[in-house]
Amino acid sequence: MRVEDFEYLAKLLKDRSGLIVGKDKVYLLETRLMPVARRHGLKGLDELIPKLRSGSGGEKLMVDVTEAMTTNESLFFRDTRPFDLFRDHVLPGMMQARGGQRKIRIWSAACSSGQEPYSLAILLKENQAKVSGWRFDIVATDLSKEIVDKGKAGLYTQFEVQRGLPIQLLVKYFRQTGDKWQIDAGLRSMVQFGEFNLLTHPRSLGQFDIVFCRNVLIYFDQPTKKKVLEGIADIMPKDGVLYLGGAETVLGVTDRFKPIPGLRGIYQRSDGEPAVKMA
Amino acid sequence: MKTCLVVDDSRVIRTVARKIIEELGFEVIEAEDGKVALEKSEERLPDGVLLDWNMPNMDGLEYLRALRQLPGGDKVSVVFCTTENDMRHIQEALAAGADEYIMKPFDAEIVKTKFEMLGLTA
Repeated sequence: MRVEDFEYLAKLLKDRSGLIVGKDKVYLLETRLMPVARRHGLKGLDELIPKLRSGSGGEKLMVDVTEAMTTNESLFFRDTRPFDLFRDHVLPGMMQARGGQRKIRIWSAACSSGQEPYSLAILLKENQAKVSGWRFDIVATDLSKEIVDKGKAGLYTQFEVQRGLPIQLLVKYFRQTGDKWQIDAGLRSMVQFGEFNLLTHPRSLGQFDIVFCRNVLIYFDQPTKKKVLEGIADIMPKDGVLYLGGAETVLGVTDRFKPIPGLRGIYQRSDGEPAVKMA
Repeated sequence: MKTCLVVDDSRVIRTVARKIIEELGFEVIEAEDGKVALEKSEERLPDGVLLDWNMPNMDGLEYLRALRQLPGGDKVSVVFCTTENDMRHIQEALAAGADEYIMKPFDAEIVKTKFEMLGLTA
């Protein structure tokens, strides 16, 4: 790939999704964009890039290119520990704080193909006795329409269902259809999927008590990280909590959040008292 | 060092699995069928077993049932690793006492997360 083509693509992705593509990712650009080129009847990147530049590929081509580059592999119960903390601390703490209304809203802000919100739905189902009589809204959003549709369908390959999902839970909550595995309708109905670009302010989504925004900030530059985090702070009650990925932090990015002592990867609004504390 | 018995009639699979599991910090012992695996388990119980289903002499399911009868055999973590990838086989394996189940093809990541789930690598 020519340097000016790489720079053009990198700028396009940065503008449209906030994604930073380093020079070391040329290979990734090529492997991800070749299928897009073929779908559009083009021979390769040499034909794709001029079409993007001239705008003759239309918005559809732009969207497909952005989606192909922003799709990340995900797994069920990714990193395990955040979900253990959810079950043992975050959920009980938030339930205590919301005893009056018995309603908790959760946002999976970079849900990819649905593994994260479905992991939460499974956890709630597995703790049905404790949460009976409660209403949980799980809103799951991602930039990519293709990936959001996949999440909605809840259909996964054999490879995907083996990543992080204990076999007992596969047997309990999935059904085999052909060579795919589909999560059961009850769990699918617990999650509302939608497209959402994190570069825009999330106020249209409403307020959330618990926000998962894991493993997406790492792709953004500093000002974008700040903007995203502050948008989340705006739509969170003072006692809300935020999950970030293992390699992410708020330190040095924004002072609207601070870490909750003892709960690694979980943050509170700096101007509030979190509903969730390490017991 | 914890030990893991890799039971598969394919030498290629055993070699691939050995490499993955050694990297997780295990001493790996190999067996080419359930019968050999049972003999080795009687000599010394492993901490974990990665177990193929279809093998000559004694298949994985028969081995698992026999293993569970050995003194202390109920403590061994057994992970099936097989091309049998339908719900009926999975349920049969779980009923026979399997702790986890991997559907081939597999990769290092899958083996690692399954072992972690069972607390084998902790």
